[in-house]
Amino acid sequence: MKKIIKMREMSVNQRGVIRKITTTGEMGRRMREMGLVSGTDIIIQGRAPLRDPVAVKARDYTITLRNNEADHILVEVDDSE
Amino acid sequence: MTKEKPITIALSGNPNSGKSTLFNAVTGARQHIANYPGVTVEKKSGKVVHKGREIMVVDLPGTYSLTAYSLEEIVTRDFLINERPDLVVDILDASNLERNLYLAVQFKEMGIPLIIALNMIDMAESRGIAVDYETLSLLFGAPVVPMVARSKKGITELLDKVIEVASEGQEWMPKLISYGIDIDQGIEKIEDLIIQEGIYDKEYPAKWLALKCLEGDEEVWKYIERSHETSQNVRSVCSKISRHIMRTLEEEPEGIIADHRYGYITGITKKSVGRMIESRLNFSDRIDRVLTNRLIGPIIMMAILYIIYEFTFRAGDAPVAWLESLFDWLKDILSLVLPEGYLHSLIASGIIDGVGGVLSFVPLIMFMFFAIAIMEDSGYMARVAYMLDRVMRWFGLHGNSVIALIVSGGISGGCAVPGVMATRTLRGPKERTATLLVVPFMNCGAKLPVYAMIIAAFFAKHEARMMFIFTLLSWSFALFAAKIIRSTVLRGPKTPFVMELPPYRAPTLKGTLIHAWERTWQYIKKAGTVILGVSVVLWAMMTFPGPDQSETAFYQGKREGINASFLSLPEAGKVLGDEQELMELNTLVDEYGLAVKSGIKDVEDLKGRPFFPVVRSIFDIRDGTDRVAGTGYSRFASSYINYRKRLAILEGEEKAAALRGTIAGRIGRSLEVLSRGIGLDYRTNIALIGGIAAKEVIVSTLGTAYSLGETGLGESRSLPERLRHDPNWNPLVAFTMVLFTMLYVPCFITVISIWRESSWMWAGFSMAFNLIVAYLIAFIVYQAGSLLGLGL
Repeated sequence: MKKIIKMREMSVNQRGVIRKITTTGEMGRRMREMGLVSGTDIIIQGRAPLRDPVAVKARDYTITLRNNEADHILVEVDDSE
Repeated sequence: MTKEKPITIALSGNPNSGKSTLFNAVTGARQHIANYPGVTVEKKSGKVVHKGREIMVVDLPGTYSLTAYSLEEIVTRDFLINERPDLVVDILDASNLERNLYLAVQFKEMGIPLIIALNMIDMAESRGIAVDYETLSLLFGAPVVPMVARSKKGITELLDKVIEVASEGQEWMPKLISYGIDIDQGIEKIEDLIIQEGIYDKEYPAKWLALKCLEGDEEVWKYIERSHETSQNVRSVCSKISRHIMRTLEEEPEGIIADHRYGYITGITKKSVGRMIESRLNFSDRIDRVLTNRLIGPIIMMAILYIIYEFTFRAGDAPVAWLESLFDWLKDILSLVLPEGYLHSLIASGIIDGVGGVLSFVPLIMFMFFAIAIMEDSGYMARVAYMLDRVMRWFGLHGNSVIALIVSGGISGGCAVPGVMATRTLRGPKERTATLLVVPFMNCGAKLPVYAMIIAAFFAKHEARMMFIFTLLSWSFALFAAKIIRSTVLRGPKTPFVMELPPYRAPTLKGTLIHAWERTWQYIKKAGTVILGVSVVLWAMMTFPGPDQSETAFYQGKREGINASFLSLPEAGKVLGDEQELMELNTLVDEYGLAVKSGIKDVEDLKGRPFFPVVRSIFDIRDGTDRVAGTGYSRFASSYINYRKRLAILEGEEKAAALRGTIAGRIGRSLEVLSRGIGLDYRTNIALIGGIAAKEVIVSTLGTAYSLGETGLGESRSLPERLRHDPNWNPLVAFTMVLFTMLYVPCFITVISIWRESSWMWAGFSMAFNLIVAYLIAFIVYQAGSLLGLGL
């Protein structure tokens, strides 16, 4: 079963596919230029010692973003995991 | 061969794609660094001659995109449009092809002739990524040169290609991809509107302007609005498309355009990039499992910072001492060639002490920057920002603020000048200004001698603990001040953190050295020019007006009294006949002292002088090596040393009295009304006024103000000892003094740097704000401490 959740809700090592970026303006643009667009495969690589920001692996490189930024990224994940 | 026009190429690429490495490899050490007009983005350029053609290389700032959101992007665009280089070399990280091509696509959209330098192919291959260069070149429509910039592979081929493409003399040809039917049609319509309107500069490709209008690019919109009518028409086309796309695809045109760019790129990479192994945890990721681990990560971070601190101070200690003795030596030479007087004093106390004091720190600062460059070039600094962002954010700063704070002295011994410049990595103007303003609170290398002196005087048993406390205090003050600034004068939203954690790479020695040297040079340049003028002004303030005649006569009389009473001693009468001979002896003692200390004069040359054996026994007695015990001079020598001590104390008193009467002394005394509240007397005020020029000056000025004289036989008394016995001083005053030194007005060079990096208003604010914070904190601590009876 597939379901769509916010990136913040993902756990470390969980995989998924970006389905939608729900923010515009500078934040949206930053995400896109870093390669976070819909259709991108991602895996949560880790979280900083204070659980924020989060490090995401996408297209073979690592991007970090804050939890409140990860809220704007909707990811399709496998429910069974 | 005919002399041809030099080729100008612009070097562009994502951050961490190896752009600087390529630039250094191509241009060597002959680089020119300047700022782009009006902004604080560095512009580096260099020249190379290849096959008889001169090639001018301009290093554009690293950027991910060509939108108008960051300074770097605007600078890149403006440079390309206004300066019209012959071509752009876009450097791509071969293992990150998709995201790197996102920038390349945008160069194609602009239409500038393009060469793709595919860097780090060795790394990509080791990760199992195989790129078919010819297919990539064919599909993307630009020449591709595979290379490894680090080991200089492919540089010749790249330069060959540069000459080949430049010789073709291509015109700019904007090549847009398809962004879906709605946007494609919109672009055509807008392009027509722009071409019809005659006022737009032909330098800007109309097709590109049209695309940027749809992307909502503010800079381009400003440009379009030069014609009111056209801008109205363009706006109506844009909003129509925008509404339609929002209705059908629930997305802004900007998002759709980005999606299509990535779609186009994926189409190309599918055909040109082969993956032999499935993407898995690479080397870098595995290191991150440890270095950014929730539990071990912070511990390792602290350990690394501590090692850097140790390394800098251990490695820097010796060269700093060499430089200090070099400047002492210069002063000794000076005293041989120039008689005592204002000129001597100007050169010795004004110029050599002022400039020398600053330059002595160069080795320390260079080692610190070397260590920081290793942290940055290896990719670890980005992890530090990542781990600490949550903390920084709470104080209204950004993860990257950590770097500026560390450079400024976060681990003690940095310098706020390059720290101020390190704030350039911050994108949000409010976070940047806030960081800029709190950076001077850190314990820079120049404040350390003050701490060391005060610790030696009052907290000698707890040296390490006190230094650690001072480090923690400076961090707390900086962070809480940032919090206050960000919730008052600089209130505003946080900028996005979205950034890349670059893969770990072993830094190259050359790259690291260049990196460290650039920053050190900024320090030397600023210090060397500004500090000279300030030192002279400060010297004048602490010299004029000089003592009046009655004062001079008073001390002259006292000196004569000391001479007479020494001569009247029975052991003196045996050796010396009259005052004339005493003066001769004094001169010889001074010259002998210089000869022994610095070797400027040869001791042998002094042998023929009268009293030479006496002088020798005086020094033997002083050093406790009484080889001449039987010569009968030992008793005379002890009395003589005593006599010189009394002279030195008198000289110290005279100097202190003179300082008291100068401009600086008068200011210091009138400030006593305020400084009493924090336990400081006018002498300390004078030293702190001097510290505004450069904190290095504080200790030496304090020495003069507290009447320290020199005998030629060594110092009369050390400053820590002097302070310990002064009724004005006690541990509470000492602690307050450290706090005040830590926080008050940044040194002159830092203020100027803040001015250049922001505005004169912020520079002024910084001076006032720091002074107020320093006074308030010192006042509270001193008053509370006094109430609790700590000042006894």
